[in-house]
Amino acid sequence: MRTSIRVGALAMATAATLLMSGCSATAGGGDDGPVKLNYWAWAPNLEKVVDIWNEKNPDIQVTVQKQDGGDPAITKLLTAIKAGSGAPDLIQAEYQKIPTLVSSDALADLSEYGADDIEDSFAAGVWDSVTLGSDAIYAIPQDSGPMMFYYRADIFEELGLAVPTTWDEYAEVARAVHAADPAKYLGTFSSNDAGWFTGMAQQAGASWWGIDGEAWSVDIAQTPTETVAGYWGGLVEEGVIDNKPMYTPEWNAGLNNGEQVGWLSAVWAPGVLGGNAADTTGLWKAAPMPQWDVDAPATGNWGGSSTAVTTQSKHQEAATEFATWLNTDEEAVQALVTTSGIYPADAAQAKAVLTAPPEFFSNQPEFYDIAADVAATVSPFTYGPNVNVAYSAYNDEFAKAAEAKTQSAFLAAVEAMQEITTADMKKSGFTVK
Amino acid sequence: MSIATTLIRPDRAQRKAARDSARVFRQKASPVSTGILIIGAIYCLFPVFWVLMASSKDSSELFSTFTLMPSTHLWDNIIELSQYRDGLFWRWVLNTAIYAGVGALASTWISAICGYVLAKFEFPGKKIVFSILLMGVLVPGVILAIPQYFLLAEVGLTNTMWSVLLPQIISPYGIYLARIYAAASVPTEVIEASRTEGAGELYIFNRIALPMMGPGLVTIFLFQFVAVWNNFMLPYIMLGDDQLFPVTVGLSGLLNQGASAPSMYTLVITGALLSIIPLIIMFLVLQRYWKVDLAAGAVKA
Repeated sequence: MRTSIRVGALAMATAATLLMSGCSATAGGGDDGPVKLNYWAWAPNLEKVVDIWNEKNPDIQVTVQKQDGGDPAITKLLTAIKAGSGAPDLIQAEYQKIPTLVSSDALADLSEYGADDIEDSFAAGVWDSVTLGSDAIYAIPQDSGPMMFYYRADIFEELGLAVPTTWDEYAEVARAVHAADPAKYLGTFSSNDAGWFTGMAQQAGASWWGIDGEAWSVDIAQTPTETVAGYWGGLVEEGVIDNKPMYTPEWNAGLNNGEQVGWLSAVWAPGVLGGNAADTTGLWKAAPMPQWDVDAPATGNWGGSSTAVTTQSKHQEAATEFATWLNTDEEAVQALVTTSGIYPADAAQAKAVLTAPPEFFSNQPEFYDIAADVAATVSPFTYGPNVNVAYSAYNDEFAKAAEAKTQSAFLAAVEAMQEITTADMKKSGFTVK
Repeated sequence: MSIATTLIRPDRAQRKAARDSARVFRQKASPVSTGILIIGAIYCLFPVFWVLMASSKDSSELFSTFTLMPSTHLWDNIIELSQYRDGLFWRWVLNTAIYAGVGALASTWISAICGYVLAKFEFPGKKIVFSILLMGVLVPGVILAIPQYFLLAEVGLTNTMWSVLLPQIISPYGIYLARIYAAASVPTEVIEASRTEGAGELYIFNRIALPMMGPGLVTIFLFQFVAVWNNFMLPYIMLGDDQLFPVTVGLSGLLNQGASAPSMYTLVITGALLSIIPLIIMFLVLQRYWKVDLAAGAVKA
């Protein structure tokens, strides 16, 4: 009996080996033949841009493996790095994830492969976020998300409202919109979108982390962020601003039926609006963010990402070559804009490529001129190694505050974010001032 | 009870029996239990109905028209879904079919042989093996996903089809069920007779015991098939290549496009509708075996 079971097991094992070799043939590149690179990314239609590269470079073939946007892909990468295998060669990494990835030793230093040649293509602030102020280059910037204010021009006209240029005016307009129709709101305070709130705090002059030599500081609970939280807490308490999360079916419905009259978003908003509320094409317009100080216009970033090479990649040089091409070659940037709908980080290429407004904003031919002006006013901001902790603290604490609907709860949430983030950094062994 | 029965005079007892059987015969539908069952059915079927209605809407209607109002875009949605990234959705369906089909078949066979051995053979440590197995039944598969990831990463199998198939082939619950079925449906005399005739053990299992356990194995197969079909956590953790995704992970990816891209609600809803159709067919085809099995179990237990 034992022998026959053993024979069965052997058969299973043989079958297993056969199937395994069948799988791995597609997964990894061998020594001969073209270099095969796996690229984890989530930008829509990115594989079509990569196809252009593959056609021109038979020796370096890149496969896009589409991931869930943002956080899940990074979590998966960190797990694969810890496990020692399973990471891709390239990954789309949002700027705020780079410090976390670097501290886990997940990203290769691209300066060894000549990536410093393209420094001049990018704004200093963007370049800083991929070098973290060091000599190393951890990623090639791909897109950026300077924040802008979007509003329903038709409803503004109907109500005789002017586009707000300051936050005081924004509050007045919010009151007027809500008074005219209690179902309508000028915007929503979303306790689900930490990146959005970070951008708002950035605009007010916040920089949540700081590094001085070896010592980190956490500067969340300071005047700029408190001002922003207090402002929104006041509007929510007053009831003139909605406080439901964004990207929910309910919020989508609001975009469609005109209950959401405005959206504080980023330059990539046309894609989202076009996808969720296609019927409102031509009714929206974009404007710079309302300002805290009209004399010193500023904005924050929401979103924006880079192309990084992982430490597990066996072909880092080839990967760097591809990442450089993808984000600085004119044809590639053009394709990124038209098929992926991103706003390129390469300033010179952006100017050359972004001539016509996005389809959704065909009523506003100057769309990208406004965007370029806004992009030049992005405030500096330093991300720390535990952005994920700060962001989940935001989600937890501001969910409570949004429930309470009081200004004091909003301020308490900022305080709690500061404490949770500091405690986590100390626990992870960072020196915190 | 037995005393009471003997004390009743035969004719009364007969009449009572006749009355009882008549009562059984005339038993009317109870409005209360029928009502509860109807509510239960609505509770289960309403979401399916919702998906059916929602999948017929285009993206602007989805959030603006009345929830249960049907529209005319079902076919357009199916075409759009089929065209998404050159038919990737159908690749996901195929993957799910492979994971669920191969996984459930292999798992059923392994459960059957393990259950058969545990039921019909005596060997040292059998009790311990069975106790550990029972503990395994109590451990939810979700919490094993991360350890399994690290184990498979050791041998470099993550991000391959194997990483989804292998962990799901061993099912403690399936083995447990198979042991019960084997004990109930395979007479030891038959095994002994076959041995006397000179049949090998594996031959006895595959040719004699396995068919006898048939109805029970259908149950195990269905359990495993549905479990793998619906599994999300394991493939979500194991796979990075979207060409290997099952439907569940793939559809969830369409909803998580990141802040800068719209979620593809209509595609996800249509995909959800399409992905339950094979399950429904599977149940309709296999349910008669299942009924036979449940009845058999009821008498034999």
